[in-house]
Amino acid sequence: MSAVEPPLALLAEVTHRCPLQCPYCSNPLALERPANEMATADWLRAIAEAAELGCLQVHFSGGEPTARRDLEQLVAGATAAGLYTNLITSGVGWDARRLTALIEAGLEHVQLSFQDSGADIGERIGGYQGAHAKKLAAAKTVREAGLPLTANFVVHRQNLHHLPEMLDMAVTLGAHRAEIANVQYYGWALKNRAALMPSRAQLDEMTAAVAEARKRLEGILVIDYVVPDYYARRPKSCMGGWGRRFLNISPSGRVLPCHAAESIEGMAFDNVRQRSLVDIWRGSEAFNRFRGTAWMPEPCRSCDRKEIDWGGCRCQAFAITGDAARTDPACGLSDDHARLVDVAVTEADAGADGFIYRRYGAG
Amino acid sequence: MNERVQVGLESVPRLGPHMRLRHDKARGQWTIQAPERSFVLDQTAHAIVSRCDGKVALGTMIDDLCAAFPGAPRDVIEKDVLALVQNFVDKGVMQA
Ligand code: SF4
Ligand code: SF4
Repeated sequence: MSAVEPPLALLAEVTHRCPLQCPYCSNPLALERPANEMATADWLRAIAEAAELGCLQVHFSGGEPTARRDLEQLVAGATAAGLYTNLITSGVGWDARRLTALIEAGLEHVQLSFQDSGADIGERIGGYQGAHAKKLAAAKTVREAGLPLTANFVVHRQNLHHLPEMLDMAVTLGAHRAEIANVQYYGWALKNRAALMPSRAQLDEMTAAVAEARKRLEGILVIDYVVPDYYARRPKSCMGGWGRRFLNISPSGRVLPCHAAESIEGMAFDNVRQRSLVDIWRGSEAFNRFRGTAWMPEPCRSCDRKEIDWGGCRCQAFAITGDAARTDPACGLSDDHARLVDVAVTEADAGADGFIYRRYGAG
Repeated sequence: MNERVQVGLESVPRLGPHMRLRHDKARGQWTIQAPERSFVLDQTAHAIVSRCDGKVALGTMIDDLCAAFPGAPRDVIEKDVLALVQNFVDKGVMQA
């Protein structure tokens, strides 16, 4: 393999604590206990190493990252290291004062998640009463402070019909970007797939609505749309390729090629408390395992898209087939694809809407 | 802010709040760091963006660029500048 390229961004998952309980949360089933979270000094060193390695941005995420009282210090450390800083938040648990402190530390952008365009469905999904009003207030606070805002909506069968309202809401809130992300099915979301999987007809409707809105809202709202894999013909380029663009640090310091990588059983991940980030990025077994194209089986090995989508998502391959080294079943060329689509259609049609909520101990 | 801004020769663009012109040392290139985005600037784009200081109108800037790049025809420069600035304004990266 040629020299390893430097990463572009660090996803710092500083805590798994969160007041919400979204049934599709991307955190692992085994949530990290607060007592195992890395100390401030370790985070500061890891962040500085990420900048040294070539990262340009850091995304502070969780859980709810503001649950850490030292977030201001971490943002200040990142800013001092020359990183562009982003807060990914539920909007619950902080106020204008906290935001001012974060901005003084150098915060440049907020991505705020909404579970729906309204309180009814949204609060049922997030499992937190009163969350919607807090989120609206948070959006207002962000805009009043002059920070750019992205409104994030995770969409699925139970809220997809509100897509036009979600986009209108993003405009009304003064967001610059809306991110419409279909649920990715591993971890908690896989447990709740039957309650979340949209139907083909719903998706077609949504895709048309996004195309229409993009035209209508050109120059007003940028719409990012993450398509649902299960109904796609080819997979998306997951994380821009394993170990190519991004790295993720878990609350306790484990360094992952993607936030869901720990769902792959049998893989061991180095901890930044024991080994430098530079060393882990370039030399660790986990990062090199699926880096590039040499590990690929057929049909990827002889496919002309192998350096476009890098064989799709390793976590999904593991979740569906039990083997992380197989072609992503979302790919129409994979032997596992037909089975995957059957499952999706059956589950969408059955229409069971109950959730298993994301909680400590529920996974 | 709920209407698309049309960029013209009288526009006086600048980077929006919290959009940062940064040199990327690791890859040896200029970029704009924006929310969850990084725009790589080639030499032409950097020449344009670095002149968007919120004081100079695009017409004047184009005169200046013509002097700096005497090989390039004026109409090409004008087209490039207007397209680039309109694109960044549409994406919320620049204000005009
Ligand atoms: S997805 Fe929901 S539960 Fe998970 S961290 Fe985000 S807000 Fe919290
Ligand atoms: S066969 Fe592999 S490389 Fe080709 S499109 Fe499918 S997942 Fe991508």
